Amino acid sequence: MLSPVILIPVLLNGLMTGAVYALIALGLTLIYGVLHIINFAHGAMLTAAMFACYFAFKTLGIDPYLSLFVLAPVFFALGYVLQRFVIGPASHGEDRNMLLVTLGLAVVIENALLVNFRGDTRTIDVPYAFATINLGFTFLAVPRLVGFVAVFVVAIALWLIMSLTDTGRAIRAVAKEKLGAQLQGIDVPHIYAVTFGLGTACVAIAACLLMPSYYVNPGAGNAFVLVAFTIVVLGGMGSVPGALIGGLTIGVVESLCSLFLGDSLGQVGIFLIFIAVLLVRPQGLFGAKA
Amino acid sequence: MSALLAIEGLRAGYGETEVLRGLDLVVNAGEIVTVLGSNGVGKSTLNRTLSGVLRARAGAIRFDGAPIERESCAAIVACGLIHVPEGRRVFPNLSVRENLDLGSYARGKPRRAQNRERVFSIFPRLRERASQYAGTLSGGEQQMLAIGRGLMAEPKLLILDEPSLGLSPLLVEELFGLIKRIHADGVSVLLVEQNVVQSLEVADRAYILAEGQFAMSGPAGQIAADPELKRTYLGL
Repeated sequence: MLSPVILIPVLLNGLMTGAVYALIALGLTLIYGVLHIINFAHGAMLTAAMFACYFAFKTLGIDPYLSLFVLAPVFFALGYVLQRFVIGPASHGEDRNMLLVTLGLAVVIENALLVNFRGDTRTIDVPYAFATINLGFTFLAVPRLVGFVAVFVVAIALWLIMSLTDTGRAIRAVAKEKLGAQLQGIDVPHIYAVTFGLGTACVAIAACLLMPSYYVNPGAGNAFVLVAFTIVVLGGMGSVPGALIGGLTIGVVESLCSLFLGDSLGQVGIFLIFIAVLLVRPQGLFGAKA
Repeated sequence: MSALLAIEGLRAGYGETEVLRGLDLVVNAGEIVTVLGSNGVGKSTLNRTLSGVLRARAGAIRFDGAPIERESCAAIVACGLIHVPEGRRVFPNLSVRENLDLGSYARGKPRRAQNRERVFSIFPRLRERASQYAGTLSGGEQQMLAIGRGLMAEPKLLILDEPSLGLSPLLVEELFGLIKRIHADGVSVLLVEQNVVQSLEVADRAYILAEGQFAMSGPAGQIAADPELKRTYLGL
């Protein structure tokens, strides 16, 4: 067996990477839980948010952790408008059509980014990019630690919104009982749009947490969303705690596989888990049986 | 007495099928009016049209003096026309208290806590189960919750769609008692039911719906005594 000196930092790293995966998965699972569609535009929105974060830093000199406070509401509004005025109307009342519209949106957003910024890979240089905290037995990378803490703050904030506000309760109500919600005077298209906005705000926050230590190109978001999709399946489609625990698990698995199989094979474990979950427990860890 | 709800020449349906073929109905303030009919005659379609889930194809619906046939569900709820749907439609993943609170999402929010207490005093079982998920309640308790949720919106008119469906005879008895109590508290009720005998006992007036049209209407006592009822309603 490997010595804890190697294993513990690998596990911690995995947890911290997993937290950002979890945040992206949280947005995906929230939208799935309420609108019952896989949002194929999730990755493209993440890429767009990463570009926004990049340019905020490059042209205006705004630190990614500060632009988070601007980009989260901006992307909430963007998600709201997209769902209310593009995805919703284009689906003509059939929820499954929304899936196709989000796929189309993904193609449009990615190619718009490609046309404007070409395929170049870009990074930003923040002074704390390589800063670490010495725990005695290991070092923690500051950007990753910030990401980890921020994800939990966001998850708690989201939980408070869902359980304490009327809008949050309405979101949960619409998820399970649309007609019942309508008859209480809940405006379902509005609730759909708010949910889509919250999911999109999640990727905007994830983008700002990633940029200090990651790169962006027009396809950057896709790798994350593929992993996030695995997490959503692992945790249970539509389950918020499932997304969090699934995200951390997947982060650790990826980290361990990189250790044992080498960096290039790190994601193999993720997809092995994906296949195993589909075979053994298709409803996921926290999902209800269909 | 003034008309709280007035329907004239109402037509509605789905796709090619016309379900409601010209209905006229009045509910006066302070009344319990019942619409009776067997399965598939258009009772639920009538309710869905009144609450704005389904668009009327022709005809007029006036509630509290204002036309509502083109209004959204949310606007109709805001006017105080509250529909407690068939099959309860409670939110299974929310607690009983949260279900009640969402009843005052669009109307009655300022007096939410006060109204919740009122609902709890009418349905003491709901207070016992306040923090339980609505999905774990029995059918009868879910029906009480659905009605309680409707009361949270301070209805001027409460539409009850087949509230006795699927309940045991004992619970049905209790339910009709509760409907009388709610009415005595000053809520007008449109009771849409298959349960002829008990509905006619509590109602002031009745309409018999058959194949999308009203076959009979009049004071409940008179309808109950009319031999025509058996023929139209039961098809004897």
